[in-house]
Amino acid sequence: MEPLSWPMIFAKMAVQFWPVWAALIVTIVLSLQFRRRLGLYGKLFDSNVGITGFVIVMFWVFTAIFADMIITFNPIAQLSGLKNALPGTPLPDTDQWYLLGGDHLARDVFSRVVMGARRVLTIAPAATVIAFMVGITLGLPAGYFGGKLDTGLSFIANLVLAFPVILLFYLLVTPEIRSTGVPIVLAAVLFLFPVIFVSVLLNSRYFTTPARRNLYVGVALVIGLWAYSGLAFNMDPTGIWSMDPNLLNVFVSVVFVNAPTVFRIVRGIVMDLKSRDYVAAGQTRGEGPWYIMLWEILPNARGPLIVDFCLRIGYTTILLGTLGFFGLGVSPESPDWGSTIDDGRRLLSIYPHPAVVPALALMSLVLGLNLLADGLREESMRD
Amino acid sequence: MLPFLLRRVGVMILTALTLSFVVFCLTNLAPNLEKLARTEGSVRMSDDAVLSWIENNGHGGSMVMRYGQWLGVAPGWVRTDDKGVTRGRCIQGAVTAESAPRFCGILQGDWGTSTVFREPVIKTVSEKLSSTAWLMLWVMLVMVPVSLIIGVLSGMREGSRTDRVLSTFAIATTATPEYVSGVILVVIFASATTGISPILAEWGWISGRTLFLGTATSAIDKITFWNFALPVMTIALYGIGYIARMTRASMTEVMTQQYIRTARLKGVAFHQVILKHALRNALIAPFTVIMLQFPWLLNGVVIVETLFNYKGFGWTLVQAAGNNDIQLLLACSVVAVFVVLVTQLISDVGYVFLNPRIRLS
Repeated sequence: MEPLSWPMIFAKMAVQFWPVWAALIVTIVLSLQFRRRLGLYGKLFDSNVGITGFVIVMFWVFTAIFADMIITFNPIAQLSGLKNALPGTPLPDTDQWYLLGGDHLARDVFSRVVMGARRVLTIAPAATVIAFMVGITLGLPAGYFGGKLDTGLSFIANLVLAFPVILLFYLLVTPEIRSTGVPIVLAAVLFLFPVIFVSVLLNSRYFTTPARRNLYVGVALVIGLWAYSGLAFNMDPTGIWSMDPNLLNVFVSVVFVNAPTVFRIVRGIVMDLKSRDYVAAGQTRGEGPWYIMLWEILPNARGPLIVDFCLRIGYTTILLGTLGFFGLGVSPESPDWGSTIDDGRRLLSIYPHPAVVPALALMSLVLGLNLLADGLREESMRD
Repeated sequence: MLPFLLRRVGVMILTALTLSFVVFCLTNLAPNLEKLARTEGSVRMSDDAVLSWIENNGHGGSMVMRYGQWLGVAPGWVRTDDKGVTRGRCIQGAVTAESAPRFCGILQGDWGTSTVFREPVIKTVSEKLSSTAWLMLWVMLVMVPVSLIIGVLSGMREGSRTDRVLSTFAIATTATPEYVSGVILVVIFASATTGISPILAEWGWISGRTLFLGTATSAIDKITFWNFALPVMTIALYGIGYIARMTRASMTEVMTQQYIRTARLKGVAFHQVILKHALRNALIAPFTVIMLQFPWLLNGVVIVETLFNYKGFGWTLVQAAGNNDIQLLLACSVVAVFVVLVTQLISDVGYVFLNPRIRLS
């Protein structure tokens, strides 16, 4: 068979992505239909920048969800004769093509990029969520109470921030450090914060009705500690919650790098908001400090936090790519974008496609997230 | 001003000590020492031999004591083996056991010996740092003016077409980490098969096979435009977007101030308003941002030096970490942390100094 021409390659890829297109169209039509009832999310559709960002981000999200339907080959299968194959090279004796060529181990670049999206989009948002919970749980009291607590926590945050990220990764993500158990200790500390956050959140809300409080906090604690035991210590008896030690190491380091920045942002916002009248009113009513922090200050700080959340997912994606680029904490089989770029760069000037494709994918995802954040900022400032 | 400065320096020293201790602990973990014993001693050592090697080479004892020795506040270890040969931290080369000083840590200027490069760490680090200084210098020379011009131009008239185009460019560059832009730049400008080089070669405009060189190895000896442009652009691009956005934000804020309106209403020409009234106030915030960009530049340096094989500080850091060169990695970390802390200090002091509202009060 003939190798495909570039227009044909794009056409074939567009066909492969059909579940993504379908999901995108449904999402956008529904969102446009009900946008007046959807608050900030609906307003996003008023700005061109926001729509562009949203579409790019959702494209990758749906790609990650439907990755199994999109890929044309097994992302780790090596087919003979297709080493460094150019884009559009046909497989002998079949009617299939390596749409974006083969890499240095004769694996399909297209399928690897698609599977890479799944890996990136499971780790990056999850790590960002945990980082936010750590940052919020520590930043709220630091900003609200101030004093020694604030001084101490800020000092620790500045310590972490004074580390060049790459050095921290080289120190924290190594096989040696895994055998000492440092990542597990870090995980034990960092994963505790989401549990604390949710419990305190529910406790402060339903403090006045003990029956409901006990139920909600109890359920949250049971689920939280169950997940905690599985994720941090890999000791979940049912085996539902577990994390590969490699992945745990990467995950924990990324959370560790991001949490201090979130802490500083939250602390700054709280210091600004705590002098507002509604906080004083809450204090006069005799509301507890955690109720005021979590149910009065936090909802009012949501604008900047949502914007930073989008930016931070992008930043986390870049960090994950950096880790992959230096081959830290990833298996050689892993299709994540950073390590694919690293694999591809060795033959970059002769066979550029194995490196360029994941590079463009990563760039477009981060660009989408940045545009989305920009759109959200614009719209949230308007009201 | 002075008490503020003293307090900042005090916090900085405390931070530096804490961080160096953390790095010391992380690089001197038991598995790292075992690996070191096997590479320095023999690969086929038994576990007992490994432990005694660690003990005999001064890596035993408590972490705090070892950190003290490394820092130079605790006396260096001395050990006499059963053959009567005395060895110790401070006894090396021509120095005998009798004439050896009691303390020899980084405070005395002794940074140890690199196991990868087989030379004193201080020599390796200073050589590599000077190579990286050139890279940083060129990055700064490109990044700062370009980003300030972009920021000022787009912040000058908010919402104009220039603003939209330049802002989009800025967002795009912040979305492109160094390992992505580096790859793309090499493919466009330094590949014999793709990009513009084959076309130019066909037209006979360039004598070599590629327009720019894909590696910067030759730049160690002689920096030319053709071997240095791509690494510099790769680092600069990522920073440009960020600084430009900060400058734009600061510029748009200044442009809404009363004194700008007054100047405009007095009939001062627009470019005069920008140059004389707006710029001075709009550039205070970007100064802080540029200073705080240094830690991130350090990241960029590590990535770019690996990507373009430029044997500078970042490349050394990767070598040290990859080959378990504990002393070299420690030295690299100290330098990196030092750079970060000093730039933070300069940024704080500079902000106070540049802002007349704080300076005069």
